[in-house]
Amino acid sequence: MGLFILRRLVIMVFTALCLTFVVFFLTNLYPNLEKLAKTQGNFRMSDEAVQSYLLNRGYLLPVPVKYGQWLGVLPGYVIEGSDGELRGRCISSGMQPDEAPKFCGIFQGNWGYSTRFKDNVSGIIGTRLGLTGVLMMWVMALMVPSALVLGILAGMREGSKTDRSLSTVAILTTATPEYVSGVILISVFASSAVGLKWFKGTATSAMENPNLENFLLPVLTIAIYGMGYIARMTRASMAEVMTAQYIRTARLKGVSFPNVVLKHALRNALIAPFTVIMLQFPWLLNGVVIVETLFNYKGFGWVLVQAAGNNDIELLLGVSVVSVVVVLITQLISDIGYVYLNPRISVT
Amino acid sequence: MEALSWIEIFLGMLTQLGPVWISLVVLFVVSMRYKQSLGLYGKLFDSVIGLIGFFIVMFWVFTGFFSGAMDWIITQDPLAQFSGMKNKIPGTTLRGAEDGDYEHFLLGGDHLARDVFSRVIAGSTIVIVIAPLATLFAFMVGITLGVPAGYYGGRLDTTISFVANLILAFPVILLFYLLVTPEIRLTGLPQYMAIILFAFPLIFYSVLINSRYHIVPVKRTLLLGSGLAVLGMLYISLINESGSKVDLFTVIDLFDVDAGLLTVFVSVVFVNSPTVFRIVRGLTMDIKTRDYVAAAQTRGEGAWYIMLWEILPNARGPLIVDFCLRIGYTTILLGTLGFFGLGLSPEDPNWGATINDGRKLLSIYPHAALVPSFALLSLVLGLNLLADGLREESLKD
Repeated sequence: MGLFILRRLVIMVFTALCLTFVVFFLTNLYPNLEKLAKTQGNFRMSDEAVQSYLLNRGYLLPVPVKYGQWLGVLPGYVIEGSDGELRGRCISSGMQPDEAPKFCGIFQGNWGYSTRFKDNVSGIIGTRLGLTGVLMMWVMALMVPSALVLGILAGMREGSKTDRSLSTVAILTTATPEYVSGVILISVFASSAVGLKWFKGTATSAMENPNLENFLLPVLTIAIYGMGYIARMTRASMAEVMTAQYIRTARLKGVSFPNVVLKHALRNALIAPFTVIMLQFPWLLNGVVIVETLFNYKGFGWVLVQAAGNNDIELLLGVSVVSVVVVLITQLISDIGYVYLNPRISVT
Repeated sequence: MEALSWIEIFLGMLTQLGPVWISLVVLFVVSMRYKQSLGLYGKLFDSVIGLIGFFIVMFWVFTGFFSGAMDWIITQDPLAQFSGMKNKIPGTTLRGAEDGDYEHFLLGGDHLARDVFSRVIAGSTIVIVIAPLATLFAFMVGITLGVPAGYYGGRLDTTISFVANLILAFPVILLFYLLVTPEIRLTGLPQYMAIILFAFPLIFYSVLINSRYHIVPVKRTLLLGSGLAVLGMLYISLINESGSKVDLFTVIDLFDVDAGLLTVFVSVVFVNSPTVFRIVRGLTMDIKTRDYVAAAQTRGEGAWYIMLWEILPNARGPLIVDFCLRIGYTTILLGTLGFFGLGLSPEDPNWGATINDGRKLLSIYPHAALVPSFALLSLVLGLNLLADGLREESLKD
């Protein structure tokens, strides 16, 4: 087991390196750098001005070198600019050039500086991730139990009327992406012209003080899309377990139907949904980006949109590292959990 | 002229969609009549769920076709702005309508005084063309790579699977934001990706024909030559664009695809392919243990013949079902791109962009965002129901 986890961790680190390099490569293409220079400097910069701006700040070094500096395995650049000023990757403002450390990258705990927010990347990601964490927690708390109940009720008697109608509901929710359900929910429950005005259509105030009025709609919007998929998996798994021999045996020896479901079927039926729930995390991230844009909740997804829209290289890299690590860790947990829950499968 | 009531709006839309209803009735009557001899498609008409799904999907297919190819159904120019029609509620009379103009905005006006009804109808064309095509390309890529990976296993499988997992670990929206920007388009990257991704149908076709007919060289050469000539022309016309980084074959460049559209298409294919690859790989690993594969191996058939003519046809059931589901998912992805304003021009009436435009005034004038929302919802729902019906019917035998 230890060896399995170790091997997976090595693959994980390798994957993360590949992915960040891809992001690094794409954000460092020349047209992107030009856009960055123009948004940072001014929009009417001449081509030469853009060149010297980029050159002075080390943007025109070869991509592998820049990537090494960002990781912290190569010494940060020190460039005496065409304007006479000495700039270095590791020299922060108000610091003497000779005091600055030689290496400053991810490995030294330096995540870089956001050109969009004029702040340290680690700080931005920390606060925004916290806000999104609250959102995710409520989504999970709402989505998982309701999806499981829906799936179990549907799968317990396959082909019955309950099954048919609940399955149709599940199909309906998987066909409703966040930007559609969000729009419908806002116009029904929050619209000031025709709606019920029960909840608020924006979640900006939920960043300090989340309550039912400002937080239910965003949570519901994400939960609806993910719910159907988990429910259908649970249903399929439940329906399969209910045809097993040991369930028939239990029924024949006189155990009541609710007891069969709760005591005999449930545990085995929950193995498949567990992995699905874990693998839902990457999808939730998508939903988070859409919902945070739609409801103006300034969390991690909102930062992603801001960073990508402004080609904020180091912030975007930080965001991708975090999201890739989240995806890979959930995959790992799902694999390990699968083994623990299902004694028939072994990893070795 | 006064504004229309809700019943009149409803009737107005019914009449506008007339050609669609007629086509649907013809299609269903003919299909019902001959359903015994139509295989899986005929069996679909035995499942209520599948039937409803098929009805909704065909509704949008006909709508998209008639509005895109014939210019029917649409009441006003979807891009034009009409003075005095800004944010008007459904059924408002068009101010200053001349003879021959349609006199109402059936579903109201949006924030730029354009007709919501016409924009939604016009938006359906692009979805029903792009979504199935992109899914088809993703399937070509997934099948061409997935079948050998599952059949041979070993290092080939490990390598391709690693790359597939790499793409899957990327959050889709981040990938879109990196790939679908005007700056990336300048570098020519989408076109290079198109060169690779669009080559897969050609490879697939060549291997498919060659593995089967290499014992009859005349027939093989004839089929390969004619097929590749047509596919090659399309391929070159697709990737080549005058004035961009890839501009080599001006002589045989039949048509130009809008650069934004090409970028959207390529990135949607790119995002979908790894999932298809994983499904095909899993199916192949399952089917290659069957007796008929062992029999073909004993007969001395070539590896590619076994893969494409023995294994692939037997995997068609799950693949058809997944194809339907994946078109729905691609529709959602296209909507996401539009919602974030990536790719197509901001004027374009695609549903995602229309929802994004409408949501800013959602609390006062919800109709501009609600109409495209329901359009997208119904199409995806139809595709999911259709997939469910197909799954049910294909499991019966």
